[in-house]
Amino acid sequence: MQTSRFEARVQLGHEAAVVELEGDIDGSAEAALEAAYAEAASHEARVVRLDFSDVAYINSTGIALLVGLLAQGRRDRVELEAEGLSDHYREIFEITRIADFVRIIPDGNAS
Amino acid sequence: MTPLNKIFRRAARQDASTAEGQAADLPISTTENAEALSLDIAANDPLVAYFESASGAVDVETLELESPALDALRTAGVKLVVPLVSQGELIGLLNLGPRLSDQEYSTDDRRLLDNLAAQAAPALRVGQLVREQEDQARERERIEHELEVARLIQQNFLPRELPDLPGWQVSAHYRPAREVGGDFYDLIELEGGLVGLVVGDVTDKGVPAAMVMAATRSVLRAASQRVASPAAVLELANDLLCPDMPPKMFVTCLFAVLEPASGVLRYANAGHNLPCVRTAAGAVELRATGMPLGLMPEMTYDEKEAVLGPGESLLLYSDGLVEAHDPGGEMFGFPRLRELMGRAASTSPVDGLLAELDRFTGPAWEQEDDITLLALERAPQPIAAGKTNGTVLAAFELASIPGNEREAMERVAAAVAGLDIAAPTLDRLRTAVSEAAMNAIEHGNEASAELPVAVQVLADPDVLRVRISDLGGDRPIEPAERPDLEAKLEGLQKPRGWGLFLIEHMTDGMDSWTEGERHTVELTFRLRGEKDADESL
Repeated sequence: MQTSRFEARVQLGHEAAVVELEGDIDGSAEAALEAAYAEAASHEARVVRLDFSDVAYINSTGIALLVGLLAQGRRDRVELEAEGLSDHYREIFEITRIADFVRIIPDGNAS
Repeated sequence: MTPLNKIFRRAARQDASTAEGQAADLPISTTENAEALSLDIAANDPLVAYFESASGAVDVETLELESPALDALRTAGVKLVVPLVSQGELIGLLNLGPRLSDQEYSTDDRRLLDNLAAQAAPALRVGQLVREQEDQARERERIEHELEVARLIQQNFLPRELPDLPGWQVSAHYRPAREVGGDFYDLIELEGGLVGLVVGDVTDKGVPAAMVMAATRSVLRAASQRVASPAAVLELANDLLCPDMPPKMFVTCLFAVLEPASGVLRYANAGHNLPCVRTAAGAVELRATGMPLGLMPEMTYDEKEAVLGPGESLLLYSDGLVEAHDPGGEMFGFPRLRELMGRAASTSPVDGLLAELDRFTGPAWEQEDDITLLALERAPQPIAAGKTNGTVLAAFELASIPGNEREAMERVAAAVAGLDIAAPTLDRLRTAVSEAAMNAIEHGNEASAELPVAVQVLADPDVLRVRISDLGGDRPIEPAERPDLEAKLEGLQKPRGWGLFLIEHMTDGMDSWTEGERHTVELTFRLRGEKDADESL
């Protein structure tokens, strides 16, 4: 049996709270992901940037978690950004239309 | 007495055809000029209301009204006006100049004129109505003639017979609206046994649309013989059509090239409805973007590729279907089309959709737009136990424990390592295998660890197939709701439900079959030429 590992760390910046994601985003990532978002939002960050640089795998349940986060962000009026996405997951963000609601920062443009 | 001239123009009233302030055109006569003169009376000129309520002949000189028409009558030398009123509406005037004797009009003169007006007004009104009906009949005849010309042009440029493609059932339906639109479809024989498929729609209706449709059809036929790729065909056709496209007209068009032997479909889209594929797992739309033809020159078009697997059906269609309304005003719509295409059916998509459309609109429906449907159904593959397609690269089983989909993904990736698959395709393969294995574990085998999920990887020079089997074949499969992100964000759909959607978009084809309790999903990835295609993205 495979075991997945996931961590999310929050770095507070001037313009955005950056959530550094590490590991696999699947069903087991739910609690850590939600806790990280809640921590970022508790500092009244208007922008939460998800850093996918160290994410190797996202499955459909992980997509659902991100959609849930997006819905929460909408309710909180928090803008979500994504950086460090691989070409493959960028494609998935586009076909699912998540890319229409999350600003994707091209590689090398992250501040 | 001054002879009366014919004064037979209907006075304008403000009605549906006469806007506020619009001028009415009334001829008048004078003694100096016996010819009828045109007089414009604005609909809101107080003279109209005055004449309509007058009890008889009116002395023009003694009238006190701020009226441009009254000034015009005086200037023209009119002394006496007898209003012709029918059913309270001013329909004409008898205008008289001064008597030849220069005496005033007598009481007898006025009585005579009043009697004459009382008899002339209804006769004049009848004459006006007859003329209006004749004008309307002529206009209807002209329109019918134009529509007939448009119908003839259009039908002359539609295929007279459909090609016979071994292993495929081709069906088409074209139903023009009364006011003929600009729909067209075409099937074009190309080199190497390929078949060009076209469905298009010209903006506008009638003869202009039919003419543009005929030109577009010819340009597409010529372009498809000169260049091979669907995107290049649309680019060339667009550049050829642009210079002569009438203002405010353009053409939406889907152009595809089918390789019947393999089911490979390459397609490009000039702003037309997305083609829809009926698969075992539901309806899938084929997306490609591009501007309609004839709007701007030097446009470029996306070109995409899909594989139509055995048992799958492709539908190309025009607006007339999805924009049809039921008696309550509800539109047929894309979601209904996708839902119908997603259902397994024994009838062709064309027959099924037309039957549903007739049921939806009811018998009294006046068709709003042309309806065009073109469907290609690939014959189903005979299902046989132990069937193989190519060399078996790997075959293994996993326990149905959530998380084991990762193992399936890694082992399939390892099995194909020697095939030199391009990185983007390998990423898609990994995601599709993971999702299909997760479905088998969680839904097929309901996460019962003792039930195995079997995985088989097969390859031939053209196609890689991954078969994933569970033991849930004796249970009905719940139809999957198509994920809609906006609905999910608004709480109208649950956040989950992306698995099948991802599989559809990550693979070149998907098939499924059931043998007893064993349910198998086959994922197909096209190998031949895939690296070139991926690297060109």
